[in-house]
Amino acid sequence: MARKLLLNNVHIEGIHNYDVYRKNGGYAAVEKALKTMSPEDVVEEVKKSGLRGRGGAGFPTGMKWSFLAKPEGVPRHLLCNADESEPGTFKDRYLMEKIPHLLIEGMILSSFALGANQSYIYIRGEYMFVLRIVEKAIAEAYANGWLGKNILGTGYDLDLSIMPGAGAYICGEETALIESLEGKRGNPRMKPPFPAIQGLWQRPTVVNNVETITAVVPIVNEGGDEYAKIGIGRSTGTKLISASGNVNKPGVYEIELGLSVEEFIYSDQYLGGMKNGKRLKACVPGGSSVPILPHYLVCKTANGEDRLMSYESLADGGFQTGSMLGSGGFIVFDEDQCIVRNTWNFARFYHHESCGQCSPCREGTGWMEKVLHRLEEGHGTIADIDLLWDIQRKIEGNTICPLGDAAAWPVAAAIRHFREEFEWHVNQPKESQIRNYGLVADKSFQTENA
Amino acid sequence: MENNQRIELPQHLLDEVQRVISLFPEGKQKSALLRVLHIAQAHFGWLSVDVMDYVARLLHIQPIEVYEVATFYSMYDTQQVGKVKLEVCRTGPCMIEGAENIVNYIEKKLGIKDGETTADGIFTLKTVECLGACGYAPMLQAGEKFHEHLTEEKVDALIEAYRSNPVANYMGENQNG
Repeated sequence: MARKLLLNNVHIEGIHNYDVYRKNGGYAAVEKALKTMSPEDVVEEVKKSGLRGRGGAGFPTGMKWSFLAKPEGVPRHLLCNADESEPGTFKDRYLMEKIPHLLIEGMILSSFALGANQSYIYIRGEYMFVLRIVEKAIAEAYANGWLGKNILGTGYDLDLSIMPGAGAYICGEETALIESLEGKRGNPRMKPPFPAIQGLWQRPTVVNNVETITAVVPIVNEGGDEYAKIGIGRSTGTKLISASGNVNKPGVYEIELGLSVEEFIYSDQYLGGMKNGKRLKACVPGGSSVPILPHYLVCKTANGEDRLMSYESLADGGFQTGSMLGSGGFIVFDEDQCIVRNTWNFARFYHHESCGQCSPCREGTGWMEKVLHRLEEGHGTIADIDLLWDIQRKIEGNTICPLGDAAAWPVAAAIRHFREEFEWHVNQPKESQIRNYGLVADKSFQTENA
Repeated sequence: MENNQRIELPQHLLDEVQRVISLFPEGKQKSALLRVLHIAQAHFGWLSVDVMDYVARLLHIQPIEVYEVATFYSMYDTQQVGKVKLEVCRTGPCMIEGAENIVNYIEKKLGIKDGETTADGIFTLKTVECLGACGYAPMLQAGEKFHEHLTEEKVDALIEAYRSNPVANYMGENQNG
């Protein structure tokens, strides 16, 4: 039986209310940490747990925390990134909607570990109904002495509040989030200096994803070593996966890292297989930014090994034959879906969301959208496919923030694996408007020799 | 909004603005800007220059600091919109579940195109990017509410409901406070 650490209590009636949450073991981790542990002890447990950032980058959380500058007399801040905007991702919303006190408990533990006394949750503006749920939970936590001055009589003070964005994907990038929380446009900052040195109001700041922060609760309760026993290799613990697309049971699932992709897609415990008995065509396993995998690379790696839901296995083969776990936004496409159309759709998204600071991204995302639209409408040429490849290469790595990479990767992967489908759109412009291409040929025999 | 209408939030919203400002350290009141703009848009319907200037005065910042934020974020309306904004998600996961059909259906039903407002001023139709409901696609947002697993029948029902009771087209008023 798969273990759940975050969603184990989510189906309890009224768990979003303080009393029910508390009765079911809630805030025990705060009692344990504040009364029996030092901030350094908490950091140590998080390091031992092997927890990695759940927002997409997968950077070790304990290490990120250890970079935080601690100059004398300068306040430092913990910011929770609840800007969840990566297409295909809706897990943080689920967590906050269903069990908001888990996030508050995680914020108290993490703020205590970092020595922060004023912390903020930055939530995307479209989730205003979720903001209201979390804000009510924060008020309950204040009323019951878990926030405010001298928490549990330990002398530790913490103020926590939640602030909305207003519709900008870029604010999920940590320095753009900080700018936005300062009341400005969400333009990412040049790094260095990193937020750990100069973040919110130029003070040392840590920005962590919602799921990362909630994972600190079971880590403190059970110990970092226990947490690290779950999972596989350097992918420890559990991960929330947001599943969408042409499957029988889309939704949010908590999995133990290391679960096989095949089991995740086809078993009744998870996605229950493809809808309407269609064949799997492709999968974007970690949110719209990560490389799309063609059907023959979804459940197996290029080496013929089982593909697992882990940071390493999903990345096996690099960008040639692999992808990324990313945010866990798992989008499944069946044989009736058009890869050119979907790539155009994602390109339009990135063009819409580019903040406009860096020319390669501002201009390049617009060009990609136009060229892809042309191809999708049956007006493209073979040279357009090469042009697309060229544009994405010139965006990647040439921008202040990773939005440029995020826009380039899906285009690159689509051309890499589905070039024949792009060429078909060029060569069969009329036919491509009335039917879809179906599955691309299995090229795994080529990669074996590569 | 008429130009000669007095631009001022009622007392309970001014209190809410003060509460939001108090969540930040002294001198960092500009951090309240995004939330205060939501409150202002909620109350006034959209962010005219007069409203933005008023917000600047509330926060003791320059009007340009408000304009540049109001024009950056997609949720702020610097043009007048209908009482109810129907914002249909069009990004990948919603697209493959039929978002385009939903948009076409609403366009036909209301006789407006993407970005337009009905003649009676009730509905504005807008396509938007991923709203975080990919597993419950297709979907649209109206005010603060997400309407998910949309079908034509559901669209009929919700348009009927909003037509007879056009809930304010906004976010930001603190219903808990």
